[in-house]
Amino acid sequence: MSITREEVEKVALLARLRLTEAELDRMTDQMGQILGYMDLLGEVDTEGIEPMAHSIEVRNVLREDKVRESVSRDKILRSAPSRDDECYLVPAVLGDQ
Amino acid sequence: MTLIEKSAVELLSGLESGDWTSVELTGEFLDRIDAVNESVGALVLVQRDEALLQAEKIDTARREGKPRGRLAGLPVALKDLLCTEGVPTTCCSRMLDGWLPPYDATVVSNLRDADAVFIGRANMDEFAMGGSNETSAAGVCRNPWDTERIPGGSSGGSAAVVAASMAPLAVGSDTGGSIRAPAALCGVTGLKPTYGRVSRYGLVAFASSLDQIGPIARDAWDTALLMEVLAGHDTKDSTSLDRPVPLYSESIDQPLAGLRIGIVPEHFGDGLDADVGAAVQAAIDVYKSLGATVKEISLPHSKYAVATYYIIAPCEASSNLSRYDSAHYGHRTDVKQVAVALEAERKELQESGKESAIEDMDSGLVRTYRQSRSEGFGDEVKRRIMLGTYALSAGYYDAYYKKAAQVRHLIRQDYDRAFEEVDLIAGPVTPSPAYRIGEKADDPLSMYLFDLYTTSTNLAGICGISVPCGLSDSGLPIGLHLQAPPLEEERLLRGAAMYQRETDWHLKRPSM
Repeated sequence: MSITREEVEKVALLARLRLTEAELDRMTDQMGQILGYMDLLGEVDTEGIEPMAHSIEVRNVLREDKVRESVSRDKILRSAPSRDDECYLVPAVLGDQ
Repeated sequence: MTLIEKSAVELLSGLESGDWTSVELTGEFLDRIDAVNESVGALVLVQRDEALLQAEKIDTARREGKPRGRLAGLPVALKDLLCTEGVPTTCCSRMLDGWLPPYDATVVSNLRDADAVFIGRANMDEFAMGGSNETSAAGVCRNPWDTERIPGGSSGGSAAVVAASMAPLAVGSDTGGSIRAPAALCGVTGLKPTYGRVSRYGLVAFASSLDQIGPIARDAWDTALLMEVLAGHDTKDSTSLDRPVPLYSESIDQPLAGLRIGIVPEHFGDGLDADVGAAVQAAIDVYKSLGATVKEISLPHSKYAVATYYIIAPCEASSNLSRYDSAHYGHRTDVKQVAVALEAERKELQESGKESAIEDMDSGLVRTYRQSRSEGFGDEVKRRIMLGTYALSAGYYDAYYKKAAQVRHLIRQDYDRAFEEVDLIAGPVTPSPAYRIGEKADDPLSMYLFDLYTTSTNLAGICGISVPCGLSDSGLPIGLHLQAPPLEEERLLRGAAMYQRETDWHLKRPSM
């Protein structure tokens, strides 16, 4: 299955990436090749086979609903590119930019 | 023999009996690092002062008879995706350049409790995505056996550290072969534990259903020692298994009586380098001479493993890497520039009469995300995010991700069936020895196909080890792959030890 340049642009937006023209060309080409290889899976009869997401049996692990020590707000905010005393600062989400 | 050539087990014994101190041996490893790191590029950060300080503290504790941990005084290199509080943890990506984690990964705090000496941060493929350590934003890592060649990836730095005697122990991670392949290409021993055997808390996530942290060392005994410290249940990782950790270093010297080894004939067909095939066959013959029986088995879906893996892993990666949004940590583009650029674009659309297109323009926030991520991530990471995003998007989910997840189940069933008849599965780790740096740079698919023997192990969630088993005609290391059922790491280590008692491939070192 190959992919069109328009689809690649759309995926880039979904992935929150911004590719240059040259990168878009290369990506279209390479993704096409890779996805083409994936066609191999079409050979496999998977009728009635449950998809496996986990290699071991996983169950929801619960804990008691008790307040515990976590990491301090200040420690976490120290990594932020932009912050005030309490919060992360980002460009406006709503309203005009 | 100098200290840097001794095994971790031997070094530990000498530390306990006072033959040498941790400061002495850490000093020797640091000197070695000074001598060779520039040409190998295995460590992206050398923690010289901190290491010597730690070593000093441990020597004092030892002298004073105070309690000390399992690895007290032994230098360990950590792959740069293991969160270590206050230490730059970059995943060799521009995205996390200079990032200081506010907490330790569980394996890191285990190693601290074990009194290990953190000697440096090991080079890796960016965000663990790659099989050659060429995608690192921190510079190329070279194979100590031939510096024009790759060390393998993504734990290339970790394997090269041990191969070049820069540290006796290293920690890596393996999602599709990223411990086993570099171990094979660098002539050292590397183990991928059963999924859930080692906590992933603090492991910067690539593919959450596939990632596992594991040990890389010279031989099975050193690997077993490090495994004891890494393994265990962790309440902070809900996928970690609540099972006791065996004393791997105690059971390791019990040979496997009545060992049944399975080999998959298709894995030895065309496409396998002749030297690799011969070395692996010779290794299997060693097991035969020790009384093992060898049986042909079938893993019929193994030929779909690469396709399955390269759908599932990028899908999980695209989800995991969406956290790099420049808001919480990591690289952020110049937001003032973003505003200027958007204003200019708006103006251009107005002036060329395309007002309706203005609606479709990125908002400031979206453009900040897109710009930051594009500046922070390298090409391979972008490629995998793109593949994953595409395969998970509406309309494609069933055809790709769901299909791959079904084939994954079949791959696991193949193993379950095989392990009813055999105890270990033996084969090659890689289709050839180390290739040249740059050789596959323009051909991602060709690079992905190099993983053909290792990805199934992760997909099935079982354990696997790479053990040095030969050198090619041109003197490049070759690895033997052993796989075992879930939670049979003891069996792998006992099997590896059996082989290493009879052979000396694991003792060979590159001449540097």
